[in-house]
Amino acid sequence: MADVRPFDDRTPGVEEYEPTANYWSYTAGLGLAVLLTIASFVVSQTNLLWAPGIPVGLIVLAFAQIGVHLVFFLHLGSGPESTNNILALAFGVLIVFLVITGSIWIIANLNWNMMDMPR
Amino acid sequence: MTIATLDFVPTELARGRGGGGPAPTRIVVAYGFWIFLLSDFVLFSGLFAAYAVLSGNTAGGPTGSELFNLRSVFIETMCLLFSSYTCGLGALSAERRQPGRFLVFNALTFALGAAFLIIESTEFAGMVSKGAGPSRSAFLSGFFTLVGTHGVHVTGGLIFLVYMMAQAIAKGLRPHVLRRLLCFSLFWHALDIVWVGVFMLVYLMGAR
Repeated sequence: MADVRPFDDRTPGVEEYEPTANYWSYTAGLGLAVLLTIASFVVSQTNLLWAPGIPVGLIVLAFAQIGVHLVFFLHLGSGPESTNNILALAFGVLIVFLVITGSIWIIANLNWNMMDMPR
Repeated sequence: MTIATLDFVPTELARGRGGGGPAPTRIVVAYGFWIFLLSDFVLFSGLFAAYAVLSGNTAGGPTGSELFNLRSVFIETMCLLFSSYTCGLGALSAERRQPGRFLVFNALTFALGAAFLIIESTEFAGMVSKGAGPSRSAFLSGFFTLVGTHGVHVTGGLIFLVYMMAQAIAKGLRPHVLRRLLCFSLFWHALDIVWVGVFMLVYLMGAR
């Protein structure tokens, strides 16, 4: 009777054994990450992909692998305990995106404007 | 109480979101550490941006395709991936209060992380001895700063790992030690995410 607790009435901050993962989820994550790594080395070293598309292919594989790491190793899921982490991650991704693409864009523009003028 | 009452639990009243009371300490601690990790990602984004901008400016010096050895990069990547795996298994063993397995898995994590660092520093030393040190060109300055900062993080992670193993031995797998271990796991897996960016942007795109 005492161990049936539909509502949470524990002392705040006192936790019980709460499994976050199991051996299979880590093994699945490792398998997927190894597959994606091998795929990205193959894509970059062979002509499997149309040559101008290789950078795009690598970026797609990188995002897939980062996703695998987030879900299987960092346990970012759809559960309520992940909501705040995902919101923070979304903000982090925004900043990272702004810094990287903004820098590349601005410096490419500067390079263009500072090209040697024909004398 | 019956099972029928259990079915009635309003799961949308999630803890930590005003419904079922405060979130457990484990969730709060992991959230705080997650914010730190995101700020670390922002740090790396600056270095990635600098590298992306400077990677073409070799100043007549060696280019990436002349310097990079993809075989060792592949081995480094596998070292980090498998160390993430053993780190995860170590965290599971700690949660399940299996100190022996915990120590074995974390010793493996340490060995794989150290192998990564040895390969990387050999590679760096080889480049410097070929005259391709960080002062040779803007490309190499960016390369050493980005990859070196990741290497420094891995070194810090190894120190963190030894410290956590010492705590687990000295204090046992108590709740507060488990929470610090959770932070270590997050740190170690996050380094792997940064490495995905490094080997894709620096090595695979640079070696082409």
